[in-house]
Amino acid sequence: MSEVETNTVATPDDPFVADADLRPALFEWLCRMGDNALILGHRTSEWCGHGPVLEEDIALANTALDLIGHTQMWLGLAGEVEGEGRNADNLAYLRDAMKFKNVLLVELPKGDMAVTMMREFLFDAYHHLLLTWLAENSKSPRVAEIAAKALKEVSYHLDRASDIVVRLGDGTQESHRRMQAALDLLWPYTGELFAGDDVDAAIVEAGIAPDLGALHADWNGLVSEVLEEATLQMPEPGGYAHLGGKQGRHTEHLGFILAEMQFLQRAYPGASW
Amino acid sequence: MYAQLVKSEGLKPREEMSPEERAFQDRVDNGEKIEPKDWMPEGYRKTLIRQIGQHAHSEIVGQLPEGNWITRAPTLERKAILLAKVQDEAGHGLYLYSAAETLGVSRDELLDKLHSGNMKYSSIFNYPTLNWADIGAVGWLVDGAAIMNQVPLQRTSFGPYSRAMIRICKEESFHQRQGYAIMMKMAFGTPEQKDMAQDALNRFWYPSLMMFGPSDKDSVHSAQSMAWKIKINTNDELRQKFVNETVPQAEYLGLSIPDDKLAWNEEKQGYDFSEPDWSEFFEVIKGNGPCNRERMEARVKAWEDGEWFRDGLNAYAEKAAVRRKAASVAAE
Amino acid sequence: MSKKEWPLWEVFIRGQHGLNHRHVGSLHAPDAEMAINHARDVYTRRREGVSIWVVQSKDITASSPSEKGPLFDPAESKTYRHPTFFDIPEEVGKM
Repeated sequence: MSEVETNTVATPDDPFVADADLRPALFEWLCRMGDNALILGHRTSEWCGHGPVLEEDIALANTALDLIGHTQMWLGLAGEVEGEGRNADNLAYLRDAMKFKNVLLVELPKGDMAVTMMREFLFDAYHHLLLTWLAENSKSPRVAEIAAKALKEVSYHLDRASDIVVRLGDGTQESHRRMQAALDLLWPYTGELFAGDDVDAAIVEAGIAPDLGALHADWNGLVSEVLEEATLQMPEPGGYAHLGGKQGRHTEHLGFILAEMQFLQRAYPGASW
Repeated sequence: MYAQLVKSEGLKPREEMSPEERAFQDRVDNGEKIEPKDWMPEGYRKTLIRQIGQHAHSEIVGQLPEGNWITRAPTLERKAILLAKVQDEAGHGLYLYSAAETLGVSRDELLDKLHSGNMKYSSIFNYPTLNWADIGAVGWLVDGAAIMNQVPLQRTSFGPYSRAMIRICKEESFHQRQGYAIMMKMAFGTPEQKDMAQDALNRFWYPSLMMFGPSDKDSVHSAQSMAWKIKINTNDELRQKFVNETVPQAEYLGLSIPDDKLAWNEEKQGYDFSEPDWSEFFEVIKGNGPCNRERMEARVKAWEDGEWFRDGLNAYAEKAAVRRKAASVAAE
Repeated sequence: MSKKEWPLWEVFIRGQHGLNHRHVGSLHAPDAEMAINHARDVYTRRREGVSIWVVQSKDITASSPSEKGPLFDPAESKTYRHPTFFDIPEEVGKM
């Protein structure tokens, strides 16, 4: 692949980018950020042409487009930090599943609109809290810069998703039933968002990202408020959590996503597109 | 075009027109725009609903063959561009349905007619996209052919249709170029990529020529539509213009157009070319194209699966309105 | 077909340059709040606007075509409202 990153806005000096000790953890953490955006964007883009109404088809495509943009920024920076000449496309198209570090929540099939919007809401609530912290507090100027750009879009995603969750939860019996089913299905996958590991610990220690446990309380508050307005029953916090995505142990679904997404790059190595 | 074989009426001679019809025709002849509340002949209204509706259906069915490749696009940038383009098509469908709605038909009624097979969409979208170069070919040839028709339609006599076309043309300016940009990458890429590009051109050439519809030299339907300025050029004029513009573009790419008879005709200052197989065209229109069934199934499924979603949001809006009313009564 | 179609809304957008809100098109939405969101998604895909108004189509009162003469003809005679009405000598410069 010969395409180069086109993000050429003047970038602030960032001591972390060249910090050899931190490199493995920071690379890993940036891949998690980028892969979450990439895989959720991929799932969201599957709706294009198949949405329940034209206005919604268009709105979902906007969300997917935003997420692809975030992917380019996070994985672009990940490649830079790694320092081995890989760009965002190399990382997206030439890693195998076990090297992908997204949470399991984002790779689950898109399901119906209830699953899609509920997942977006649960993820956006986390994403918004995280990006807000990063934009305001991260000691890495590059991370803060990307977070600030993404935050503008994610604020709208969260508004829109919360609004739809409330409306469908408190809509017809059928829409309520579907939203509750979606919530029950997805809930066990939300624990992973807040389950820190050594990588997180190193990044928190460096002052780049917040302690995930601290975000969890805010997330619970925000989510329970919306779910209550939506007349939905929030499952018990602290129940069973499916883990592993952040460490590269995925559901079976991710392999199929990658088989589809990476097909051209794999079938025609070295070609330029 | 995106609206092929639209049934219109026979051309009415001036002496047979009622005074209203004559005044209406004078306004059209003077280049005035007809607006929804203005008086219009019933045939004008009906033909426009058919034409705009067919055009709108073509946009949303047209999302499918390209949408097909969004999850397989080879780079993040190509994925974003393709997604934005297919999204634009949904937008264009929306603008066109809105234009049709000013004529007293609802979007749901039009969709019902599409889903029940009572309204058509362009034959081109019943062809499959089989390799990545097809995404280039669709932008280059299919959007290129569509633009031939849409640019003059910005001057159409019906105000809402004209305004929708102006917006669509403005947004579409990047579509054909992105298609050609993909073709360049492919044609100048590896031998395998060039093969894909040639294969795409081979398969899309004649279906693209069919987009303009059969020759309408002697068609009375076209004559009336042209008098009403809801059709601006004849099918043959547009097809010729398309071939004239496209051949040099193919030459630049080093690709060959699959037509032995293709040759420059100095006298007419245009290319001579072979007609597409019109029996194939009529088969595709009848429902026997390679993808008719899949396209309709996908649209109907999206609509049916979305019903609970649309109804749920409606129900909430109604409840919320009642609550607001109760709250304002209580406040008094 | 769904039991009930979402109502139709007209969308008005004020662009970045401070001009008046301008009618840009229509869309369907179950209520005003969602119409605003849809308008953002549908009609500002290319950063066209900074402010959005929506109004249900059925709530718009339009002048009827038969009144077109009396309503608009008077303005036609007020050509002095247009800058080209006034001849300014060239030596005065650009005005």
